[in-house]
Amino acid sequence: MSKPESKQILEGSRAIALTIKNIAPAVVSAYPITPQTHIVEDLAKMKADGQAGFEYIRAESEFAAASIVLGASAAGSRVYSATSSQGLLLMAEVVYNISGLRLPIVMTTANRAISSPINIWNDHSDVMSIRDAGWIQLFAANHQEAVNAHILAYKLAEKLKLPVMINVDGYILTHSYESVIIPEPKKIKKFLPAYRPENGTYLNPDNPVTLGAFFTPAHYMETREALHEDLLASLEIIKKEYREFQKIFKDETRLAAMPFKGNVYSDGLVVYYGPNKPKTILVALGSLNGTILETIKDLKNIGLLKIKVYRPFPAESINKFITRTKNIAVIEKAINFGQAGPLYCDIKAGLSAAEAKNLNIKDYIVGLGGRDVTKKMISKIIKDAGRRDASVKFVGND
Amino acid sequence: MKNEKVSLITKPNTTLANKTGAWRTAKPMTDLLTCIGCSLCAKICPEGCIVMGEISESAANGKKLKPKNKKLKPKTDYNYCKGCGLCTHECLVKAIKMIKDY
Repeated sequence: MSKPESKQILEGSRAIALTIKNIAPAVVSAYPITPQTHIVEDLAKMKADGQAGFEYIRAESEFAAASIVLGASAAGSRVYSATSSQGLLLMAEVVYNISGLRLPIVMTTANRAISSPINIWNDHSDVMSIRDAGWIQLFAANHQEAVNAHILAYKLAEKLKLPVMINVDGYILTHSYESVIIPEPKKIKKFLPAYRPENGTYLNPDNPVTLGAFFTPAHYMETREALHEDLLASLEIIKKEYREFQKIFKDETRLAAMPFKGNVYSDGLVVYYGPNKPKTILVALGSLNGTILETIKDLKNIGLLKIKVYRPFPAESINKFITRTKNIAVIEKAINFGQAGPLYCDIKAGLSAAEAKNLNIKDYIVGLGGRDVTKKMISKIIKDAGRRDASVKFVGND
Repeated sequence: MKNEKVSLITKPNTTLANKTGAWRTAKPMTDLLTCIGCSLCAKICPEGCIVMGEISESAANGKKLKPKNKKLKPKTDYNYCKGCGLCTHECLVKAIKMIKDY
């Protein structure tokens, strides 16, 4: 058995940058934006110091950075980029091109609010604007989960020919320090072999092909249907690859697991913490799960459902757990203006009429623009969840 | 991809299978006897649909060609011409007329 890599106390951004270095992409391109900056600054420094072999291509905007990694990926390279907030919005057109071309690009989004009014702090508004762009969307709840998600992301992307975005909460994960294990390149290679796309599937002067050709109404629709079906079908492959990941990265899996005394069930898509017949189940994405788990750890009758894979939407996995109770409280850091929170809408849409009949699902919008989400707020939400009143509420104060 | 019939990766030039000339509502018709063979239309065609070539007696309706007509003449590819009318507008001797095509 190989000696376990040692734990280090690292900033989240540093942990992600070191993981990317060990994954060894051929091309990195990014434009700095708070709170993503430390990740790409670190990667640029590694390159400048001769510690990393990738090409680091400086870009004049996020649109250019995304286009550069698109081009490099189309030419058959493993690539990496990262962004945040306005940067992701500026990339939006390219984000769709990447999934449309079925390029296995991996990108980190350090989640941040979007303007106006200008705000540089954390929420999920940025990713929610492109959540349906045909990418696999992963959410990390702590540093080790973020590290693990990046390794898994490359495996999924290259196997499925689908781009993968890893969402890490700005500041809460990117700028805080936690104990992390960064797997060595040799260990990563056991799970993630070097990227060798098949001849004839990438741009190559010796065997010219056309990517992104013109599709008339006679064929365009099939490409959309295929992307949708492949994304849905990837749910099973994500589960399988996660099981494979756990076998190779035992210490990393253990460190990513959030400590909890009660029962924990995980299928790679969602994790459920709590009793079999709880009074209320809370559902959340990303680092919110840490605060929630800390709040409910001594409560006997409350469960937490952590969503790790948001696109493709794991409706079946979610329904399996939330139908164990009557009261569901979705806690989320985004709002679809004029509708409700995106996760809430997704959960409701994923339930059959029979399943939905007995459920009292409520939506709590929290932490927009970096507003602190406290244990007191979570306790308030737990108390409110049983009441049958307005289904969407903003919880901003203790 | 699940639907193997539609591949996102194609060979160069296969986009030509998409005949886009049907988007046209007006068709440029060139009177080759009036045409002086200056090739301006071929140069400004935004779709690259006009190429200069030798004109045959039959294309000139069997009429005897004068020296000015023995130059290379434009040939329009109606499979891709979208009828924008730029050639008609720019023609120095008004040899190109747009006719209804719908």
